[in-house]
This record gives sequence, C-alpha cells and structure tokens, in this order.
Amino acid sequence: MDALLPIVNSISWLFLATGSIFLLIGGIGLLRLPDFYARTHAAGVIDTLGTGLILIGLMMQEEIGLNTFKLVLIGFFLFFTSPTSSYAVAHAAWVAGQKPWTNSNGNTKDAKEDVES
Amino acid sequence: MIRALALGAALALLWLGLSGHYTPLILSFGILSVVFVVVIALRMDILDQEGMPLQLGARFVLYWVWLGIEIVKSNLHAARIILSPSMPINPQIVRFKSTQHTDLGQVIYANSITLTPGTTTIEIEDGHILVHALTDQTADLDAAAVMDKRVTELERAKEAG
Amino acid sequence: MFGAVAAAILVTMLLAIIRLALGPVLYDRVLAANTFGTATVLLIAVLGYMNGRPDFLDIALLYALVNFVGTLAILKFSRYGRLGDELPDSEQNLQGEKD
Repeated sequence: MDALLPIVNSISWLFLATGSIFLLIGGIGLLRLPDFYARTHAAGVIDTLGTGLILIGLMMQEEIGLNTFKLVLIGFFLFFTSPTSSYAVAHAAWVAGQKPWTNSNGNTKDAKEDVES
Repeated sequence: MIRALALGAALALLWLGLSGHYTPLILSFGILSVVFVVVIALRMDILDQEGMPLQLGARFVLYWVWLGIEIVKSNLHAARIILSPSMPINPQIVRFKSTQHTDLGQVIYANSITLTPGTTTIEIEDGHILVHALTDQTADLDAAAVMDKRVTELERAKEAG
Repeated sequence: MFGAVAAAILVTMLLAIIRLALGPVLYDRVLAANTFGTATVLLIAVLGYMNGRPDFLDIALLYALVNFVGTLAILKFSRYGRLGDELPDSEQNLQGEKD
C-alpha cells in the first residue's frame, strides 16, 4: 500500500488539475457564449466534469473512510440536482418566451414558433 | 414493505456515514430518527416506484457507467468549442423523440440529456423532448435515439422482473 | 498545491460573478448564481483539505442542498412573486412535471 501511495497521489493531482482546467473552461464559456441557452452548456461543463474530477481527486487524497463517503454523497447530490436546476432555469426562460440566439444573428425569427408549428 | 426496508437501510447508512460517532447514545438517536422518517414516509405514501425506484436494480449502475463515458465525450466537445477563437456554434432547438412511458423514465432521459453538455432539455412533452443544442454535432438525432433506447430498456427492467 | 486548485475555483467564481453582473436577463443571473454555488461547494471542500480539516465536507454537503433549493426558490419567486403555497393548482408546474 505504501509503495502505491506516490502513484495514487500523482493521479489525484492529475484529476484535481484537469478538474480545475474544466472549471476555468466553463467559466470562460459562461462569459463568451452569446446567449442564455448557450451558457447553460458552459454551466453544464462546470457541473459535470469540473466538479466530478475535483471530487474524485479529493477522494484519492485520503484513505477510504467516512470522508470518501461524504465526497461520494456530495457528488451524488450534485449529479441529481444540477440537471434539475438547469432544466428549471431553461424551462422558466422558455415559458417566459426567451428566444434563443441563432447563427443568422439578428434574425431570431422565432425559433419557438418554428418548432411549435 | 421491501421499499420501506430499503429506505430504512439507506437512511441508516447515511446516518452512520455522516455521524462518525459510534457511541450507544448517538446510535440510539440514529435508530429513532430512521424509524421516524420511515414511518412518516409510509404515512405520506411516497414509497412507490418513483419515490424508491428499486425496480431499476443493478442496471442503473451500468447505465451510469455508460452515461459517464458519454458525459466525458460531450464535455471534451463542448470544451473545444468554448476555447476555439472562432467559436463554431450553431445553436438550434431540436425535438428528440422519447419512448418512455413513465414519468420516472422521462425524467431520467431528460436529465441525461441535460447532463451531457451541448444539449439542454427545455421542455418535456408527451412523446418528445425539446432540446437546445449548441452545435450541429450535438443536435444528432441518431445519438439521441441511442440514449432514448437505453433509458427505455432501463425503465422496462421492472416489467420483466 | 491545494492553493492552485482553490485559486482556479476562485477565478471560476469571479467569472460567474461577472456574468451575474452583466446579465442581461434574469435567467443568466440565476444560472450564474447556481454555478457560483456549485463552485462554492467545491471551494469549501478543497479548503477543508488544504487546512487539514476535512470536517468541512459536512458544510459543503449542506451547501449543495441549500444551493439547489435556493435556485428553485429564486425561479419560483420570479415567476409568481411569492413563495407561499397558496397557488392555484394549474400553476404549480414550476418544476415542469407536466404542462
């Protein structure tokens, strides 16, 4: 077990580093993407891979025990709640008549009615 | 009844995992809380196929593994798009077919769509789901059909057994 | 090393705050607030490990739950203007169970 420790440790840091990078990518996407609906995808990057990798990295920091269980539990809750709240926000925007930005900029000629018809 | 026992076991595990103090006093508090919650759940009559979806069984784990791989793949795609200077996006609203016939199945499918970045569920209707897709690649109806089929199979597990 | 991870999380939170300030619509702000909350959960957990006190995980767990409820509460309040439960039955579809 002791011989494995440095290996587990470096894998852990690899996970933490990649997770941080995905968090930053998501944050950049949150600023760069053109409209609300597109930004939900950036938030999705943060909520899934960013959090997932960081939580896995933290799990490897210690031996398996109660803290591992708690980290799994945090991941579990985020895994269930993040798509639900994303959906709640997106659905609320959709019901309120928020129109998605499309590539032919300015010509948002009501994608909603396009779909409804 | 088996659902009540499963709820009790899950709650007991939760208590043991979060508490970390294994003295008789604290443990008896734990037992009391667990029994209390199970009784309330029974009285509220929420221990049905939705509240305690035991029928999904071990297939749920397999589905999660598959979903995890999909999430990583679509995350890499979304990350590449966000970081590319020209940002080659083509946002569109797509309508995915959903063949699930329970609310639980539809929720699993809709949440799986939202969990894969690049697609966000914006409305659930009978028989189909409105999805906002970031690019042409994520608006792929065939890929959605594969996921739809998997969720329907997962949901159907209970009818078989 | 944990400091670097915490710094990355803080930068992400900063980006989310900028989006929250810029808007332009309410839903952008709700989304940014939700992302900020997720980042906070991670920050609490990482800070706990950084200080050698993983007990912080309990707080992170609690924050994850509060964050979810908070997001739904903002949305409900923005749509109905109140948080009480005296809504007409036909309007209780905030979570979109069935329209």
